[in-house]
Amino acid sequence: MRWGELIRRFVLIPPTLFGVAVIVFVLLRVVPGDPIAMMIPPGASEADIGRLRALYGLDQPILQQFATWLGQVASGDFGRSISVRQNVLELLLARLPATIELALLATMIAVLFGVFAALIGILLRGRRAEWIVDGGIGMLLAIPDFLWALILLLLFGVLIPLLPISGRIDPEIDLSLRSNFYLIESVLTGRFDIAFALLHHMILPALALALPFAALVARLLKASLAEAEDQDYAQIARARGYSRPDILLHEVFPNALIPTVALGGVQVTLLLGGTVLVERIFSYEGIGNMAIDAVINRDFPLIQGLVLTFAVLFIALNLVVDLVVTMLDPRLRHG
Amino acid sequence: MADIAVTSIAAPPSRLLAGLKRGGPRLWLGAALVALLVLAAILAPVLAPHDPLEQDLMSAQLPPAWMIGGEPAFLLGTDSLGRCVLSRLIYSARTAVMVALIAATLAAAIGVALGLFAGSFGGWVDQFISRLIDVWMAFPPVLLSIVLAAVIGAGLTSVIAAIVVVDWTRFARVIRAETMVQLTRDYAAAARVIGLSRAELLRLEILPNLVPLLVTLLAVEMGIAILVEVILSFVGISVAGDTPTWGSMIAEGRQIVYQAPWIMALPIVCIITSVIGLNLFGDGLRLALDPVQRS
Repeated sequence: MRWGELIRRFVLIPPTLFGVAVIVFVLLRVVPGDPIAMMIPPGASEADIGRLRALYGLDQPILQQFATWLGQVASGDFGRSISVRQNVLELLLARLPATIELALLATMIAVLFGVFAALIGILLRGRRAEWIVDGGIGMLLAIPDFLWALILLLLFGVLIPLLPISGRIDPEIDLSLRSNFYLIESVLTGRFDIAFALLHHMILPALALALPFAALVARLLKASLAEAEDQDYAQIARARGYSRPDILLHEVFPNALIPTVALGGVQVTLLLGGTVLVERIFSYEGIGNMAIDAVINRDFPLIQGLVLTFAVLFIALNLVVDLVVTMLDPRLRHG
Repeated sequence: MADIAVTSIAAPPSRLLAGLKRGGPRLWLGAALVALLVLAAILAPVLAPHDPLEQDLMSAQLPPAWMIGGEPAFLLGTDSLGRCVLSRLIYSARTAVMVALIAATLAAAIGVALGLFAGSFGGWVDQFISRLIDVWMAFPPVLLSIVLAAVIGAGLTSVIAAIVVVDWTRFARVIRAETMVQLTRDYAAAARVIGLSRAELLRLEILPNLVPLLVTLLAVEMGIAILVEVILSFVGISVAGDTPTWGSMIAEGRQIVYQAPWIMALPIVCIITSVIGLNLFGDGLRLALDPVQRS
């Protein structure tokens, strides 16, 4: 039953992506804003403009353009960026690792903080200090990631200048790495000096993305823990003389994890969407920062490629979360 | 039946009081902060000590008055063009309030209509609207609103359009689910038995029960709308260049953050206060309106 649902979700991916492609494509074409006008030097002749238009296929009817583009995308060709004048797929592949590393680091920080806060909150359950934890969680949740980014930048970049506030790494460091997953590769190959320099730059943007998500994890997990602790099995374990921390950690926690992953996992997409602005604020060279430039420059092929990339990431994340939940929950596994 | 309906409409004052009490400090604090924001927006010409556009290059980047080098005439200092930061903050509240009110209301109207449709008709109508929501949710919302605002062009209308087009799903999803739940309740069945049409059932029975939920969603959405406007003007694609907005002030402040950190810090404080105020207000109102939430 549950596996059938997953298969159904798989089948729905292509139509969803197709819908996304149609919407972006039509949106960009029907509204005013001419990418060619933004790239020509002043004084270009009508013939030059016409040639450029034809070069990027913008002189074709919309339906024709869409069919051409769809055919190319299906064969892995996302076209050429108008503003950067490079292959869109190459641009995406060069920048995507930076965003993925940032999102992964942020997720790890968030889970760590969130679980810790939830455990403290549940240990304080019923005491007066509980509302301090709840209030803190509420505060963290109410302020979105990009505001945290600005606050952290002011606090730890300017007022107490501990950390750098722009870029992915110091320009003078010789990277000579094979992949664009700088952090992962440098850790795996034992080049911890580079890893440290990277983390130095990533910690503020990652923290900004992590804080609201950590609060979400904490709130969900704490509620699930409280609910699970009130169940009969936990009460019985208590009656048999097991200590409360022991029960919480070994009996209650595994059961509380399932709803937390189910509800919180989907929200990782929010964290991923947040990279757009947080990267912009910290001048971090990921796809989010590139997306804003692409929009400002009316770079149609790049925008289309970026939006599709984000859509694929979003859908993949949702599926992974469903898979994890299905594997965590014995009721669903055998259902 | 009729008697019950009449007494519940003419609520005795004690019920109103009980509701306000249930809202608790959240309601009061939230209402106070929201009132502050709205008053600043309405009374901007009276409150602002200077014209927010008036430049004075001789007194550029002055720190707030209580800091060394500050001038009492510019209570919160000046930006790099010598414009009064306090006046710009106050005038920015106008844009924020306008966007919050209009965008949230329109998004709610569309979302509620589609949510009610999907939730009450079911079948292919529900399938169609749900798929539409799915496709919408596959976009990163921030990126989508940036793309939208950029392609529609600068201006308040385009900011509002971007928010409405992106955020109607927030309402549609929740209202659809809640409509389905309410329709299974006994009172809905009873209403059908006494012969109410689908439209009457939705309008007279279901919608009033959705109000507490809707109020919370609206308040939260107003906060989101303020944030989206900030984001768009931070990126540089919101209202025209000379209209002061918190987002454009932050963007300017980011450029000179080492020399004049207060230019970036002050609008952030305004934004956080407004958004937290709206969240508290929404929470408090829900508690006040919904007797079931009492626990």
